[in-house]
Amino acid sequence: MLFKSLTSATFLVATIVTASAGDISGAGATFPFPLYAKWAEAYKKDSGNGLNYQAIGSGGGIKAILAKTVTFGASDIPQTLESQAKNGLVQWPMVMGGIVAVVNIDGVKSGDLVIDGATLAGIYSGAIKSWDDPAIKKLNPDAKLPATAITVVHRADGSGTSFNFTNYLDKVSSDWHDKVGVSQSPEWPTGVGAKGNDGVAGTVGQTKGAIGYVEYAYAMQQKLTYTDMVNKDGKKVAPTVPAFQSAAANAKWSEATGYYEVLTDEPGAESWPLTAATFILMYKEPADKAASADALKFFDWAFASGGKMAQDLDYIPMPATVVALIKQTWANQIKTK
Amino acid sequence: MADVTLGDADGKSLSVPLQRSNAVGLFRLTDRVFHTVTFVAALFVLILLGAIILSLIVGAWPSIAKFGVGFLVGERWSVNKEIFGALSPIYGTLMTSLIAMVIAVPIGLGIAIFLTELCPLELRRPIGIAIELLAGIPSIIYGIWGFFTLTPFFGQTLLTASLILAIMVLPFITAISRDVFATVPPVLKEAAYGIGCTTWEVAKNVVLPYTRVGVVGGVMLGLGRALGETMAVTFVIGNSHSIAASLLSPATTISATIANEFQESDGVYRSSLLELGLLLFVITFFVLAAARIMLMRLERKAGA
Repeated sequence: MLFKSLTSATFLVATIVTASAGDISGAGATFPFPLYAKWAEAYKKDSGNGLNYQAIGSGGGIKAILAKTVTFGASDIPQTLESQAKNGLVQWPMVMGGIVAVVNIDGVKSGDLVIDGATLAGIYSGAIKSWDDPAIKKLNPDAKLPATAITVVHRADGSGTSFNFTNYLDKVSSDWHDKVGVSQSPEWPTGVGAKGNDGVAGTVGQTKGAIGYVEYAYAMQQKLTYTDMVNKDGKKVAPTVPAFQSAAANAKWSEATGYYEVLTDEPGAESWPLTAATFILMYKEPADKAASADALKFFDWAFASGGKMAQDLDYIPMPATVVALIKQTWANQIKTK
Repeated sequence: MADVTLGDADGKSLSVPLQRSNAVGLFRLTDRVFHTVTFVAALFVLILLGAIILSLIVGAWPSIAKFGVGFLVGERWSVNKEIFGALSPIYGTLMTSLIAMVIAVPIGLGIAIFLTELCPLELRRPIGIAIELLAGIPSIIYGIWGFFTLTPFFGQTLLTASLILAIMVLPFITAISRDVFATVPPVLKEAAYGIGCTTWEVAKNVVLPYTRVGVVGGVMLGLGRALGETMAVTFVIGNSHSIAASLLSPATTISATIANEFQESDGVYRSSLLELGLLLFVITFFVLAAARIMLMRLERKAGA
């Protein structure tokens, strides 16, 4: 009783899209929030049905669906098939996108800086403390780097973006693997915490010498300076839709694995190393069948007519073959009648 | 009404005592109902308080059982390894509040003395209203303001949070001090001025001693707000579970930690957050109790 009431009391300013009775309700990841907000607006025009999506973070989204306070949960942390089965949930990927490192250094513009996984791990573990560190200079011999101290910005809440980010650092740095590891809320060795993708973006924008990681659309919206990266093949890549797509093409989506895929550090000369998918979680046997049917109608619409909007915001829509697979999964597993 | 009936015609002598006892009975009944209602209201607060403490203890129990005293002295806060120590949020809470009070108390008392003793009449109202407005601003506005105006200079640090808290508690201390200063009988002050005291001496030797209790009350109210303040602090403190020697390092407080992390927590993690809540409860209780004891000592000294 206490837990329930405390959970439902949102302590923080959760970002909420239009709410009214009868809306489709969902909560979770902030990573796809700019897109879901856009979809919700367009869907309202098309169908008259609203979507109430609370961008409270992936950790919160999983909690919300387990507490059955929402019709769907959204998360960038893929759940294994076993964990889905244990809770009677179905998971599928909704859209893919890129996470970028954003910085706030005087005189440095987007694309001026290039950074690799090991250096990023060094910065986030606190070993690299200043922007004129030899490790950064070596990657950027031509850039003018000040002796400013680096302020590391990370998420303060449980986050799918953090999960994918630490998953990448874990793959590329044995030091990170030993000391920190992969987690939605790791024990950060250094830095300041901010809530949500928007919180990290805002803090980096406000702090000279800061570095953070956000979903690409947030970097665009807040006009932040992003860096290029060195990928698994050792090639320098810029965060662009083709680069995200190149990494996404490596995914082997399948119902047999419950659509479990992590897309960081994928091979390919053009692949962006910090690519991620974001997922939807729903109950196989929902208590409110009509609400679940409404939600599926929205997702069906989003797959059919939301691709253009996704690309406008630099997200990668799911390929048609995968969408067909997902619809099969809905038909087989979710009982809406 | 009963008395009026009493003075009525003789013929109704039988009904007079009856009416009278009816009326008195009604008075007694209203009185009893009133007594019960107010008693229940008072009791309700106690029950509510007890229920909150009890549910916090029940919720925090897995964490209390697992970490014991280690929870209070451990600095490590590792969600993925489920190791929780509350030292850094406790430190952050006490430190930010302490610095905030060190800044806000002298300024608040200064403003209050200026307003009651020195301020030209036409300025008194505008300044007074400004202070009351300051008290009415929601904390999130302070948070956003601090985030945009203070963090570019101080970063997201313990000091920034303390400065924001100082500004937030200032109106409480000022408003209450001003009100109690106004209760000092003019004759006392006039007597002091009459024997040649300066304004400083009057404030120090007459106004402050006379209003001590009220001033301490205002300070405690401010401290209570500083200890529990959540939103504004979360914006500017950096939310880092660490204790650093420098005030210009990110830190966290109990309420900021709960606000950031409660939503996605479960199991021992959630019960650790509830134990943090319990600790804040205990800290606030001890601060208030200490204030009471301090006041009692002051009273006794003044009496002797």
